[in-house]
Amino acid sequence: MPITIEMPKLSDTMTEGTLLRWVKKVGDSVAVGDVLAEVETDKATMEMEAFDEGTLSEVYVNDGQTVQVGQKLALLLGAGESKPAESKPSAPASKQPDAQKKADTEKKASQTKQPESPAPQPLKTADAESGQRVKASPLARKVAAELGVQLEALPGSGPGGRIVRDDVLSAHENRAETVPQAPKPAAPTAPAVVAPQPVSQQDVQIQLGGMRRTIAARLLEAKTTIPHFYLQAEIDAEPVVQLRQQLNTANEATGLPKFTINDFILRATAVAAAHVPKANASFAGDTIVQYGSVQLACAVAIDDGLVTPVIRDAQAKTLSQISAEIKDLAAKARSKKLKPEQYQGGTITVSNLGSYGVDQFFAIINPPQSLIVSVGAILKKPVVNAAGAIVPGQRIVLALSCDHRVVDGAIGAQFLAELKRLLETPALMLV
Amino acid sequence: MKYDLIVVGGGPAGYVGAIRAAQLGKRVACVEKERAGGTCLNWGCIPTKSLLRNAELYHLLRHRASDLGFRFDNLAFDWSKIIARSRAVSDKLASGVEFLFRKHKIDNIKATASIPEAGRVACKGADGKEQVLEADSILVATGATSRPMPGLPVNGKTVIDSHYAMIIDPQPKRLIIIGAGAIGVEFAYFFNAFGTEVTLIEMLPNALPVEDTEISVALERALTKQGIKILTNSKVTETATTKTGVRITVESIEKQTFEADCALVAIGVSPLVPAGVPLKLDPKGFIQIDDRYQTNVAGVYAAGDIIGPPWLAHVAMWEAIQAVNGIFSAATPKRLKTFPGCTYCQPQVASVGLTERAAKDKGIKFKVGKFPFLANGKALAAGEPDGFVKLLFGEPHGEIIGAHIIGAEATELIAELGLAINLEATHEELEETIHAHPTLSEAVHEAVGNAFGLAIHI
Repeated sequence: MPITIEMPKLSDTMTEGTLLRWVKKVGDSVAVGDVLAEVETDKATMEMEAFDEGTLSEVYVNDGQTVQVGQKLALLLGAGESKPAESKPSAPASKQPDAQKKADTEKKASQTKQPESPAPQPLKTADAESGQRVKASPLARKVAAELGVQLEALPGSGPGGRIVRDDVLSAHENRAETVPQAPKPAAPTAPAVVAPQPVSQQDVQIQLGGMRRTIAARLLEAKTTIPHFYLQAEIDAEPVVQLRQQLNTANEATGLPKFTINDFILRATAVAAAHVPKANASFAGDTIVQYGSVQLACAVAIDDGLVTPVIRDAQAKTLSQISAEIKDLAAKARSKKLKPEQYQGGTITVSNLGSYGVDQFFAIINPPQSLIVSVGAILKKPVVNAAGAIVPGQRIVLALSCDHRVVDGAIGAQFLAELKRLLETPALMLV
Repeated sequence: MKYDLIVVGGGPAGYVGAIRAAQLGKRVACVEKERAGGTCLNWGCIPTKSLLRNAELYHLLRHRASDLGFRFDNLAFDWSKIIARSRAVSDKLASGVEFLFRKHKIDNIKATASIPEAGRVACKGADGKEQVLEADSILVATGATSRPMPGLPVNGKTVIDSHYAMIIDPQPKRLIIIGAGAIGVEFAYFFNAFGTEVTLIEMLPNALPVEDTEISVALERALTKQGIKILTNSKVTETATTKTGVRITVESIEKQTFEADCALVAIGVSPLVPAGVPLKLDPKGFIQIDDRYQTNVAGVYAAGDIIGPPWLAHVAMWEAIQAVNGIFSAATPKRLKTFPGCTYCQPQVASVGLTERAAKDKGIKFKVGKFPFLANGKALAAGEPDGFVKLLFGEPHGEIIGAHIIGAEATELIAELGLAINLEATHEELEETIHAHPTLSEAVHEAVGNAFGLAIHI
């Protein structure tokens, strides 16, 4: 009797699977245990084996097609058997036939004698909605990839609602800033994909400047292409606060500039990155580049965006040098006098929102770097001390966003532990 | 009875606009004072293609027969029959348009139309009968006619325009053609092929001045080799009719005088604006329209030659469809961006998109790919090794921005590239498309390869 092969349920949570590739072709003979096809589930790619023998007579699903569990995939015939009359799958549940059906309906509609509206610009097609094929010109695809514009959400103005270059360019230009007043030093929202139109007279449309464009493109790329994961630890800030007080009192007496908490965090990050070089690295396709020195970037909020000036060879610089340098760079950043060599080539970044009262957050990685340190505010809270008593303490939350392609959990944890060790025993940073 | 749409003019814009409106279920009338089909079918594109087919065949048999292994010891032609065939082709197609009107239940009214006001079209038949028709919308598709040359009025004998040129009998022995646009060049080829001594005069630096300069230069070389005398950068300064014909004085570097039986004036077209409510015109007299093809008078629309260049039948048809779609739906009609241009002499010239000159003027960064038909198997087998394909690709994405072809069947080859531009294809899609072997279209494929260092046969 002919045997119908269906999409198997290969995991508990599997509801549909993608037939990646038929290993056996129509006409091939199949023995028990032969691999028929490769199937991708929600969890893994698996080989689908034959439980019967025979000849693969017909396949109903093409390579790359996604179908629901239980849908007919193929027909296996024993020796001397012939195809049953009705061998087509009865209720196709795959996405492609649905789209096809819709396309057919549309085709029929357009063949009707007297369509009221010739509608040369249909809005979105089934393709766009089902997340399958998006009608876009090759040029539009290239430009969209370059600018980080998502095609799925765009209306197309080309033939048959096709997305053309102009649609991509205007979507790119129309991306309005959503939170204009709040400074967004480290984690600006990913740019809206559908260009929002102003709805009231109070709304304003702000043309994108070059910096906003770069932020939009780079961070969208980072958040969508880098597999981020996050670690955080609350650490005792008292030692740093005390050391800072001592140094600042001394400096005040001699007229030297004061230190900020951020200076200590920068110094600690530079030293920690030097101690855990695997965290000071970049993913480069076929290789990972592990940097021999720490080019320490620090996010600085400026009027219409943010920049990340870089302290060169920060691992070899003293607290005073780092403090002086970041003051100078931040001032230049705010007056827009940074030169490219002063903000390019960072290997690791610190973003500090503590001064805004943020207690914790996770910044987006600044590519091609693999790690960014997010620093919250120092808060006074009750802590349980070594003796088990509840006492007032000063705490700060440090968080890491890591690129998992480069920095595994253990490496990230090691780096965070090193930061904690340095900041809780700040004398270590001096040696 | 009130129409949904009255189309004034039955040429390519008019009849196509009328049919599209009928397809949308509208009640439509088309008012045309002559036979349906306009200049294109009656006195332009179609009858000249018939003449040019004769010219091409005669040229081939006369000059290339022995290469191809034929002998025609008494090869002769019948001029009157050549002209009669051209007229017969016209008749057949014009009656085809009338059939289409009947099929779509469009009232085909033979009359001269004027537009007294929005919503009304006054028609005066050849028999003097007058009637006023009413419609919600009016589409003006009245087109254009040959532009007269000051000091050299057309008389149908010694001074002719393209209309007379396609029925001139007997064949002139010597002909001066003023203007080397597509019309001038096509007639130059036609008359020269049958042995008329042709002088072609152009004011601008090249024949077919709108084409890519490299193509124009190649064409000038080919036509000169066929025996046509071409004067570019040359201005006609004096004209006179003589007992036997015309005398034309031309100034370029030097002053020269030419005599001929006949002068053909082919210096462009003039608009034919309908009488009645004043429609806003551009400085050259063509009707000005907005983004919905609407004139300054609400409810009065215009499409085709009457709204200005390029004066091409295929553009007129497209515009009329855009305009009618816009009238009867909320969709925004499109305005002309990319269109092919074709000249049907031999070698043929066809192009779509930007010339190299235009791309430079626009400051676009581009790459050029070229391939000669001399290296194409089918061209050699067909005995048509002249010409080349030239393609322009924008950088950095490699989208095709211009295509220029000179050679056999160039006008048929250009369609692929129009599609490529309209779909915003890049060199990769063209490169990956298998082009049948052996065909002339392989030259297009190879020109793509040539731009990116991937051509195989060059």
